[in-house]
Amino acid sequence: MASFHAVIIGGGGTGAAVAHDLTLRGYKVTLVERGEVTSGTTGRHHGLLHSGARYAVKDKESAVECIDENMILRRIAPGSFELNDGLFVALTEEEANYSHEFIEACHECGIPARRLSAKEVLACEPNVNPDVIMGVQVPDATMDAMRMPLRFFATAKHSGATIKTYTEVVDFIKRGNAVSAIRVRDHTTNKEYEIGGDIFISAAGAWSGKIGDMVGVEVPIRPSPGVMLAVRGRLCNMVINRLHASGDGDIIVPQRALSVVGTSSWVVDDPDNLGLPRDHIDMMIKYGSELIPGVRTAPFRAAWSAARPLIGPRGADTGRELSRTFKCFDHADEGVEGFVTITGGKATTLRGMAEATANVVCQKMGLEIPCGTREFTLLPHTAYYA
Amino acid sequence: MAEQIIEFKVQRYKQGQPAPTYQTFKTLCDDNTTVLVALQDIRRDQDGSLVLRHSCHHASCGTCGMRVNGKEELGCVVKVLDLGTSTVTVEPMRNMPIISDLVVNMEPFYDRYNAVGMPYVRQSEYLDEADLAEGLEAYQRYENCIECNLCVSGCPIMGSDELYLGPATLAAARRVIEEPRGVPTKPLLDWVDSENGCWRCHVAYECNTACPSEVYPGDQIMALRRDLTKRKFRGLFGRGGKG
Ligand SMILES: Cc1cc2nc3c(=O)[nH]c(=O)nc-3n(C[C@H](O)[C@H](O)[C@H](O)COP(=O)(O)OP(=O)(O)OC[C@H]3O[C@@H](n4cnc5c(N)ncnc54)[C@H](O)[C@@H]3O)c2cc1C
Ligand code: SF4
Ligand code: SF4
Ligand code: FES
Repeated sequence: MASFHAVIIGGGGTGAAVAHDLTLRGYKVTLVERGEVTSGTTGRHHGLLHSGARYAVKDKESAVECIDENMILRRIAPGSFELNDGLFVALTEEEANYSHEFIEACHECGIPARRLSAKEVLACEPNVNPDVIMGVQVPDATMDAMRMPLRFFATAKHSGATIKTYTEVVDFIKRGNAVSAIRVRDHTTNKEYEIGGDIFISAAGAWSGKIGDMVGVEVPIRPSPGVMLAVRGRLCNMVINRLHASGDGDIIVPQRALSVVGTSSWVVDDPDNLGLPRDHIDMMIKYGSELIPGVRTAPFRAAWSAARPLIGPRGADTGRELSRTFKCFDHADEGVEGFVTITGGKATTLRGMAEATANVVCQKMGLEIPCGTREFTLLPHTAYYA
Repeated sequence: MAEQIIEFKVQRYKQGQPAPTYQTFKTLCDDNTTVLVALQDIRRDQDGSLVLRHSCHHASCGTCGMRVNGKEELGCVVKVLDLGTSTVTVEPMRNMPIISDLVVNMEPFYDRYNAVGMPYVRQSEYLDEADLAEGLEAYQRYENCIECNLCVSGCPIMGSDELYLGPATLAAARRVIEEPRGVPTKPLLDWVDSENGCWRCHVAYECNTACPSEVYPGDQIMALRRDLTKRKFRGLFGRGGKG
């Protein structure tokens, strides 16, 4: 095929997966990232490979997306996850009653869900609140927020994609109504230059509103941060969730020798200025210790914020809606050609988001090339720097 | 809440420049501000050309290794006001080629480290009294080593001998010998039993001090030496006996 040049802006998990997908479909791919790869939201997220159970009652579409992608990632990224399952625990009668609806919804979405008595919960997870009434076991897992996407970068790079880090997009150049090049600044040399291409894909997460502004299109994104708290010691082996409709501080993800409590949610204007509200850290300790009392006494390791790209009322929603969970905006709808934005979603669904985006790109280029990422075993993360 | 304006003396370097220089910035820190966040604030508000590596912000990815007041540290878990100095000096890790400012080229690290082929997931030894949940073979967790290179930066031998396999690689080899998970161990033992392997180490344990992730690479090197000594004696006296 004629090799089109696709230029991706943003080196988080989404950009990584789009780079891998388009490379497999035969595109020439260049990805630019202003910092190190995964230095945006991706590296900082909670590290939960969602089973989808959390969404099963309220948002079946997200739940199905999660379990499908969860199973695909286990297959294409073997050795990358702590496969210890997840446990939703009920601490009140109300939560125990909710378990019937919850398990049924999981099964409807194809998520294995197994009821455990209080005794069984405590036998598996001795540190859980002894007042636990019952629990539900689901196929959640722990992912390494950086190293899992690094496998997509490594694979794309070894198949020919060019990954340019410390390279920030500072402007877009248009020919007529079509984007024809980006202007970038290489921070390792302080020099600016242009990169031309046939199609430009913004995968800039919480920054995609800012990128849209540079192009002159409306991307209705508001950065919505959440706080996470890591304490020393592995207080659980499974991911511990509160069995209720989602709330703050209701997930504890064990990882390596740490336990990570998250998260909260608010809205800011600047994704580079999130702050770290003290009351949110306190909230993580309060709610986290309801699940596992040891959170309160475990030694502090770190607290930090990360921003979701909240698809919201930043203006009219003119984009093509591929899913309620993530969106791929083809800005041709607003009269700008050669420019697509992919945003929203989850780290768990990065591959699916990339498949949907690459389908839009192929459609725009008038090509029909099937997606190859479902069965493609990724290189180990260590291949990225080698 | 304590707040203080802190002076940061940061090593700067852009490609093409003859040698690194130092630049000073002032920024407001409170008692939660980490060195990493202070540097990000400086980049946002004062100098967008400052480059550094970071990702997880909780001592898990290993990208933010740097020298803070001359000591190997992860910038994301060092609180500025805990340092107790009104000027904080920040420099890139040693014994590695510098790409720009605080960013070093990690290729030499992985060239050595990848040769071991250590699986990234190990059996978890935490909560060993816990019952195994149905459907699982064992509770698993990630290895301790976060590939941050701080031990390499702190190691005096690495500085003088670039052929030395170095603490992180030797510690990874020891983990494979301890829990092979399908990786063959004999070639690894042969590999570390060399002039550039575990006999090159001076055993002053600077690497143990530098490691933020409980690997204790110096201890692992000692354990390798014990494994090799045992193997040697087995070869001399044991196993097949006389026949
Ligand atoms: C608190 C929190 C917890 C979460 N927990 C989970 C979880 O447990 N499991 C899960 O599956 N998902 C989780 N998520 C969601 C997940 O983190 C995100 O959906 C995902 O990481 C988004 O990836 P991305 O690549 O789209 O964005 P990002 O990772 O933010 O990537 C965008 C990149 O664009 C770069 N960029 C910006 N501007 C420019 C420019 N001008 N030039 C060049 N590059 C630029 C940025 O530096 C950044 O690296 C969580 C999110 C939050 C906020
Ligand atoms: S103990 Fe050995 S490996 Fe560790 S710093 Fe010293 S010389 Fe280097
Ligand atoms: S052994 Fe410790 S210091 Fe060395 S790379 Fe691994 S985690 Fe970092
Ligand atoms: S940012 Fe990941 S270890 Fe510091």
